[in-house]
Amino acid sequence: MTANSLPQDFAVPRQRSRLFDTVRRHPTIVLGMLIMLLLAAVAIFAPYLGTSDPMKLNPVFRLRPPSERWWFGTDHLGRDLYSRVLYGSRISLQVGLAVAVVASVIGTAIGLLAGFVRWIDAVVMRIMDGLMAVPGILLAIALMALTKASVQTVIIAIVVPEVPRIVRLVRSVVLSLREQPFVEAAEATGTRFHRILIRHILPSAVAPLIVQATYVCASAMILEAILSFLGAGTPSSIPSWGNIMAEGRQFVTVAFWILGFPGLFLTLTVLAVNLLGDGLRDMFDPRMRRRL
Amino acid sequence: MSVPPPSGTDIATLEVEDLKKHFPIRRGILARRIGTVYAVDGVSFAVRRGETLGLVGESGCGKSTVGRTVLKLLEPTAGTIRLQGRDITHLAAGELRPLRRQMQMVFQDPYSSLNPRMTAGDIVAEPFGIHGIAADAEREDRVAALFVRVGLRPEQMADFPHQFSGGQRQRIGIARALAVSPSLIIGDEPVSALDVSIQAQVINLMTDLQDEYRLSYVFIAHDLAVIEHISHRIAVMYLGRIVELAEKRALFSNPLHPYTEALLSAVPIPNPRATRSKRIILAGDVPNPAKPPSGCHFHTRCPYAEARCRVEPPALRELAPGHWASCHRH
Repeated sequence: MTANSLPQDFAVPRQRSRLFDTVRRHPTIVLGMLIMLLLAAVAIFAPYLGTSDPMKLNPVFRLRPPSERWWFGTDHLGRDLYSRVLYGSRISLQVGLAVAVVASVIGTAIGLLAGFVRWIDAVVMRIMDGLMAVPGILLAIALMALTKASVQTVIIAIVVPEVPRIVRLVRSVVLSLREQPFVEAAEATGTRFHRILIRHILPSAVAPLIVQATYVCASAMILEAILSFLGAGTPSSIPSWGNIMAEGRQFVTVAFWILGFPGLFLTLTVLAVNLLGDGLRDMFDPRMRRRL
Repeated sequence: MSVPPPSGTDIATLEVEDLKKHFPIRRGILARRIGTVYAVDGVSFAVRRGETLGLVGESGCGKSTVGRTVLKLLEPTAGTIRLQGRDITHLAAGELRPLRRQMQMVFQDPYSSLNPRMTAGDIVAEPFGIHGIAADAEREDRVAALFVRVGLRPEQMADFPHQFSGGQRQRIGIARALAVSPSLIIGDEPVSALDVSIQAQVINLMTDLQDEYRLSYVFIAHDLAVIEHISHRIAVMYLGRIVELAEKRALFSNPLHPYTEALLSAVPIPNPRATRSKRIILAGDVPNPAKPPSGCHFHTRCPYAEARCRVEPPALRELAPGHWASCHRH
């Protein structure tokens, strides 16, 4: 306790020292956050960052290497790769974020119910096991084959294989908490079911949920790229990192940049999200908390 | 089985009649029932207003299950539970909710019985919201008053459970139970997790509160010294049944059941030079409650067991006024 109050004795403004502490203790959170913010800014302000129409054909200048005029070079149809990659970041971030949010919400709802209601648990968990037995990418391709390609259907097709991870996590938290005496105490007082869930169970699930959501986000971005690369994802009328790479695949020996730049961006983005997730996990971990 | 009536003229706060709680043992994917744990198997008692009934027994004898079933945290298998004369045995959760104000519980583990993510003040205030007791503005004052009443400072309302000591946490648990002004509090080993010096403080607090609000307690414990201190009457449980029920003094001076006798002889005497009259050491373990022995449940460990005990289960009979025991010897 005395050790904790020590920093206050110095005339350091509390707000600043706290921010500084976070940076020092969790550099991965800060690094991941910075890269994500940068990418979000790039996606939002793509039209103002010296880009041109990413769909504009210019066959005269096809397969040009990176230069002053085309920063990232051009593809086999002469489209400006810099513009395409920047606009493509919109799809990746959109899909990653949407999948993380939707899968978390659906997964939490199902997980809470499964953890508390026996017969729902038996049915739902068998379905989840079934979903998990199928590789996510295969399931997503199958789902995409059922509908026409659009960004929304891509999101839905990726949410389905990601939901079981969230359900399992939330269910395990519920199972470990519902036998706790403080939950029994709430029942003994006459607390209603939904209130027990919201006030006594859910808060404990939030920290692991946020961590899991970042992993879902990263995995969704990769899945989107794979789907688009295989031609089962984002339609080619919208540039996404996956379909840019797919189109550049056959020219890799003469124009590596078509594959290289979107690949680099994808790697960097997924790395940033994972850094963020790892950092948050360490921060929420009670064993790490003791150092506070 | 007959019911030991409450002594006194008051209507009993709690009456339990032939209460049974059996847990099925299930195995396999079809959840086939392969056996039954007879955790509570025909328990009857009554607690009158302002009285403490102590419930003692070894671990696994079903005393905690009795407490939980009476509060309807567990669904009783058979029997009747009456709270101030009203039968609550088969009430649905919604009908029971308003009655939950009258019965509260104080838990054994003061660490896990408080939500670590809520402040002490919020924990104590939670029942107000559920039962619509006090207006929002009034709530904080009520909680502060409760804090003072159980010996905590109102400034501590904003603290989280981990900032309190074990004894203080148990005080928070008591304040939470008191918040709804109940008539009955079931204490499930409320002091067994505390240091001996703190045990006395918490017990004294509970007795003070009892005098002040005429609370009825069912006090579950395995420590006879604690039970002797707080109880008016004591029920001794063995393997899901009450084997003896009597006024405290009668039970301690003249135990009629051999199990009670053995329990009492195991209480340490603080004076090392004192000679112990007779130490009864029970052989063996408590039998498996899924396969209770035939006849008298205690015959496998009873020093006085006869042929009859193996066949015929003894009834709980009133052997002296207010002194009930189930043994063939009397």
